[in-house]
Amino acid sequence: MSQTLSDNPIVTINAPETITGDRKGLSKKEIAADHPTWCPGCGDFSILALYFKLIEKRKLWHEKITTISGIGCSSRFPYFVQAHGAHFIHGRALPFAAGVSLSRPDLHVFAFSGDGDAFSIGGNHFTHTARKNIKMTLVVMDNQVYGLTKKQTSPTSPVGFKSKTDIWGAVDYPINPAKQAIAVGATFVARTSASNPNHVLATMEAAMDHDGFSFVHCLSECVEFYEGAFDAANPRKGGVFNEIPKSHDVTDELAAYKLANVDFPGNFGIFYKVNKPTKNAREAEINATLQGKFTGQKDWQILQKTFARMK
Amino acid sequence: MSETIAGVSSSGGAPKVSRINEVVIRIAGNSQDGIQAIGGFLARLAGRSEQEVMTFMTIPSTISGGPSIFQVRIGSGEVLTAGDDADVLLCFYQHSYEGHIGSLKKKGIVLYDSDHVTPKPEWQSDYHHVGIPISSLTVEAIGGTAKDKGKNIYALGLLAKMFDLNMPKLEKLLSERFTGKDPSILNNALAAFHAGHANSPTNVFETFQFNEPEQKGIPQVVMNGNEAVAYGIIAAGVRFGAAYPITPWTDIMEILRRELPKYGGSFIQCEDEIASVSMALGASFAGRVAVTGSSGPGISLKTEAIGWAVMAEMPLVVIDVQRGGPSTGMPTNIEQSDLNIGVFGGHGDSPRVVIAPANVKDCFYMAIEAVNLARKYSVPVIFLTDQGIATRIEAFDEPDLEKICQDITPDFTPVPTHKPYDLAAKDSITQHVKPGTRILDGRYPIATGLEHDEYGHPSGSPKVHMLQNAKRRKKLQALATTLPVPKIYGPPEGNILLVGWGSTEGPIREAVDRSRAAGDSVSAIHLRHINPLPNGLENIFSGFNHVFIVEMNDEGLYGYGQLGAVLRARYCDPKIQGITKTDGLTWKVKEIVELAKSKLRQ
Repeated sequence: MSQTLSDNPIVTINAPETITGDRKGLSKKEIAADHPTWCPGCGDFSILALYFKLIEKRKLWHEKITTISGIGCSSRFPYFVQAHGAHFIHGRALPFAAGVSLSRPDLHVFAFSGDGDAFSIGGNHFTHTARKNIKMTLVVMDNQVYGLTKKQTSPTSPVGFKSKTDIWGAVDYPINPAKQAIAVGATFVARTSASNPNHVLATMEAAMDHDGFSFVHCLSECVEFYEGAFDAANPRKGGVFNEIPKSHDVTDELAAYKLANVDFPGNFGIFYKVNKPTKNAREAEINATLQGKFTGQKDWQILQKTFARMK
Repeated sequence: MSETIAGVSSSGGAPKVSRINEVVIRIAGNSQDGIQAIGGFLARLAGRSEQEVMTFMTIPSTISGGPSIFQVRIGSGEVLTAGDDADVLLCFYQHSYEGHIGSLKKKGIVLYDSDHVTPKPEWQSDYHHVGIPISSLTVEAIGGTAKDKGKNIYALGLLAKMFDLNMPKLEKLLSERFTGKDPSILNNALAAFHAGHANSPTNVFETFQFNEPEQKGIPQVVMNGNEAVAYGIIAAGVRFGAAYPITPWTDIMEILRRELPKYGGSFIQCEDEIASVSMALGASFAGRVAVTGSSGPGISLKTEAIGWAVMAEMPLVVIDVQRGGPSTGMPTNIEQSDLNIGVFGGHGDSPRVVIAPANVKDCFYMAIEAVNLARKYSVPVIFLTDQGIATRIEAFDEPDLEKICQDITPDFTPVPTHKPYDLAAKDSITQHVKPGTRILDGRYPIATGLEHDEYGHPSGSPKVHMLQNAKRRKKLQALATTLPVPKIYGPPEGNILLVGWGSTEGPIREAVDRSRAAGDSVSAIHLRHINPLPNGLENIFSGFNHVFIVEMNDEGLYGYGQLGAVLRARYCDPKIQGITKTDGLTWKVKEIVELAKSKLRQ
């Protein structure tokens, strides 16, 4: 496994290394769980299929993957994956996933979210998980509409989009997720689209290999409530899928911001990628320093030392 | 106690020495004067002398400054409360003098800083006044500065003289506290302390000696409730937590943030209350029960995620250091008004465990119990402490840490198959296997907030919902059968039974003692397990004509407090009545005695 899991864990839990010798990589059949509940034609199918591909390609084992989500169409994701997973509450998948990541350096932590879950109810967590650079991958499946509740305005709906909560057209200015991610300090920011499978797989793989908080903004069409939303980015529908030029310096924050700022359909690929120590690593450093002062002592002896000062 | 101190003589001649069993000292000043430090030293000294001690403090909810008090009761016998009224009032300012003389017993001693306090002639006959220019004498003792920093330590010297306290032990405490990079700090403290001790005021006062306490030979540890909770959590083996700062919970998170890395753990400060409970649940899911905590509004914010923990059957410990509510309420005052949110908070039917420590020792041991209940029953455990117990200092027998400290590292042994919500499980109790564990039949579980089948996959079946609701309920019913029935304080039959919970055990017991001494038939029980309740309380209630539930919350729309309402609902017994108050202060013994009497007259 060529994974970039931290060698210097916060030693909350030391899980045993998986013995991989006699195990073959998982087949798609072994990875798939429940049949997805999404509507036929939903972009999310493609993302799920590519997640399976990623697991197959990288030979990840069931027990080493955790798939975590909040609430929404996209967030049904964990039920469809045969791996440990959690379907948490609306908007809070990121702090939950952070709790897994910070205490379990041996696991791959993937969070799947939607535009409402990540940028509306969970907006605060997006900011802080990114700025703390907690090691995990967040894939936001953005359909620019609330699907599970049947067509209300989302924080990424364009101005003028007619929904059941804006029958005259949306009036609020939408969020640009990639710009926001760069601004709040995410160390890996990419955009892709469910309509381009190879690009999705390559982007998810690069995100997984990033040692830090990696954010993948993935356009995923809601055929039921916002059909044709992303046609302009789909060559099969007469649009253009503009990949970020090879010449772009992914460590140049301002250049990344400018590229992310281009009007829809804009650019696809990795806008920004820098290496900064993760929170996981920094907390592990603190632990190593403090534990160094108590080498060879059992937990009760350390506590006894503290109690001695309270006599 | 008071009677012996009241005999102070202001006549000349050598001060007489009286022997006492206990004393209540109230120190009043401003919050930045270090009056908590004086109280802390006295409490710690009492612990090292195997005396019993209990403290009570108020702090303003301002950043710096504002009137503040610290009351300490030290005794050679059993000390149950911090005392209703003080024997000695040490006051630094006119406002401390005028504001707190009412809490001094008649004929008690008021020891005042004559640099700042002008005594009132009309109070001279009621209280024995001893004026000492504490501020200027401190400056004189330390020298080289016009500031009166250190006057608290000077006053500590005065008290040491007055109560013939053990000087070597106090000096050791001072040197432990002040030894640091700058040796002049300790030298100044010792200079102020010795100057205070050497002071012989012209207004000669009596000195006191404590009767020798019974020596149990077990070393005592002295700490407040917040510290005891934090160290209990560590002893229980918890190695991950997350929280957001809020008064009066914050001390616990500061301790855990500082201490957990020593044990290979981490405590994370989150962006908000919801993120904290979510992160803690993520860590619990990842394999090892985690802790979060808060006070007041923070608990409200966590309720949705606590509901998820009930539904997903995820272990979690939530410490609620209760304060005055609702909303922002009274952040630095005491109240027991979170019982309802603890037991019922959240939508849907969401049974969880709620426990409440009665004293500082409980804070330590019950924190361990909370962790173990969460693990065993796969359930969130709400731990209801309060502002009073959080800052109250008590001494208790040093725990046998080698025996008590737990290693709860999870097991990752592969399992053949796993149903996280197995409906056939004994007593409906199930545990999750942790991520990282291989499940050989290839079916992996999802921890979920949706109603689910036995594997954690969504189910809209009404039958499944009823069965899973029953599972979540039945495991707590199984827990109830294991809970000890509380011991009755006093005879098992009589006229009045007082029922308390949480931090009020001391004053309730003292109210029982006082009432019985006056010939009234009063007993008490104290509940540590609030949800589920232990079985068999009805047998205790049947021995009494009246059952009064004593709690620090509002009497509610129907005339009884929050525990009162739960007990009424469970036992349908009209003799259950409420004795409640919400003045933001701990119970005074006389308040309980008087309210019980007036309730009888109703």
